[in-house]
Amino acid sequence: MKTLKGKAIKAGDNISTDHIIPGKYAHLRSNLPELAKHAMEDAIPDFASRVEEGDFLIGGKNFGLGSSREHAPIVIKMSGISAILTRSVARIFYRNAINQGIPVLICDTDAISDGDELEVNLDEGTVTNLTGGSRISFNKVPLFMLTILEEGGLIPYIKKHKDFVIPANQNPGFSEGK
Amino acid sequence: MSKTLAEKILGSKVPGVQAGDIAVVNLDLVFCQDTTGPLVVRQFQESGFTRVARPKNAIFFLDHAAPSPSKELSNDHILLHQFAQETGCMIAREGDGVCHQLVAEIFAKPGDIIIGSDSHTVTAGALCAFATGMGSSDVAIGLALGKTWFRVPESFLINLEGSFPPGVTGKDLILHLIGKMGADGATYKALEFSGGALEQMTMPQRLSISNMAVEAGAKVGLFPSDEVTREFLKEHGREKGYKSVSADAGANYEEIYSINLGYIEPMVSFPHTVDNVFPVTAAKGIKIQQVFIGTCTNGRLEDLAVAAGVLKGKKSHPETRLLVCPASRKILMDAIGLGYIGTFIEAGAVILPPGCAACLGLHQGVLGDGESCLSTANRNFKGRMGNPESFIYLASPATAAASAITGEITDPREIL
Repeated sequence: MKTLKGKAIKAGDNISTDHIIPGKYAHLRSNLPELAKHAMEDAIPDFASRVEEGDFLIGGKNFGLGSSREHAPIVIKMSGISAILTRSVARIFYRNAINQGIPVLICDTDAISDGDELEVNLDEGTVTNLTGGSRISFNKVPLFMLTILEEGGLIPYIKKHKDFVIPANQNPGFSEGK
Repeated sequence: MSKTLAEKILGSKVPGVQAGDIAVVNLDLVFCQDTTGPLVVRQFQESGFTRVARPKNAIFFLDHAAPSPSKELSNDHILLHQFAQETGCMIAREGDGVCHQLVAEIFAKPGDIIIGSDSHTVTAGALCAFATGMGSSDVAIGLALGKTWFRVPESFLINLEGSFPPGVTGKDLILHLIGKMGADGATYKALEFSGGALEQMTMPQRLSISNMAVEAGAKVGLFPSDEVTREFLKEHGREKGYKSVSADAGANYEEIYSINLGYIEPMVSFPHTVDNVFPVTAAKGIKIQQVFIGTCTNGRLEDLAVAAGVLKGKKSHPETRLLVCPASRKILMDAIGLGYIGTFIEAGAVILPPGCAACLGLHQGVLGDGESCLSTANRNFKGRMGNPESFIYLASPATAAASAITGEITDPREIL
């Protein structure tokens, strides 16, 4: 795969789907470009003006808890975020993010400060903090989900394979992941 | 090998699976609601599908924004109507009720596998269905293929003994448990409820408990099926759907919690996370401008009976709005018949049409700056009820009704 480079935007612990995209904007859900303007606004009010293409969103504990709204990873992706780095992640959000082709990397984010320049090596499973100088490793995405991620998400995956294709050697596929 | 309830249900579809395996399973029900459904429809279409695999097992619910408060959401409803008509899927209309209550009343049965584009799909675990919320992509593919993939979860056993003291209900138990576990304490796990206390635990209480399993991060919140399950199905004309499903003795549990219900107090979850839980005595005296009784957590007839019992012959506080929303059309009709709705109206309540109402900040009870609401719902995240400058406390219908009278958070045991 590839190396990603960008700056860290730190969001903290317990960022819910209501922080990411509040329910009050449900009327904009059929207009994704308009909806995406409100990404993260209840957690980081200046997010929209700060975020640049390729940046990383840094979570703490239990990122993405709450609703099943897939609009949450969609607006994060549309805002230009290339990957989410977080200490832990809620179940539905994790699956939704992978289904949208956006990597969620589970790692110790304490040593990452807001604005740090990071380099993520997806093959090696490492994050290098170019500002702070530290290097941390992340848990690899479980094999079956990695296939979905690498093929750009669930919809492209199903368009290609027409079904769920789980090779025998990937079951139990999560033994390598969290 | 002894199996957990999660392994038992998934294993009845894919023999031999155990925790950690990936299982591709056929779905007994796939459902959508109106704020995530439009994306489901678009992703279904984008994938190139035109047919729903089993339209008789697929339904769209208009409940989150129904009747619609804006032209954009009205147009989303049109999209869902058109899709349902084209594909033969069912649709539930404005005022029919919250999706999770209708799934319990009409569809879910022991052993079913259910996915819905809403995180509180876990509610049907009370009926021993492996039911979980998923995003729009997964649900779109679930509609198209009639199946999905699951990682078979490890399970936590929640062993319940004893009985609730007066003024304490299932809502207090699940708040207590979430406070103990933390909002990520059960991430990816199945919660399995068991023990001698189940015999006397009604289906509405079980539904309320399973509903909030997701607030501890769990994938499902499962009850074994028993006479309470059979009786509930019978009441709703579905006794034939009953079968006995339970975990094997000696199954492998990752964690075990033992709780004696006799020691549970009325609990309150403070802003802005569900696991920020304290006994009601710690919240005593906090002024509230709104009380909201309803939702897929606590809008059932038994909940309304408790609230009406507290409010009978009383008035809600002049500085506190009281909103009451029955979870389904049937519950509303029954509550009218039993006089509960009259009691609420006389107490000064606003009765809202069956649906999600004020829970998610779209309409019917959006909070003002600095306002606090005591709600019987399941979430108190910042901004959840439409305003990040407001505060949401979660509690049982008994605590909510008692607090509506005083205008501040009140221990329901003081007035029982």
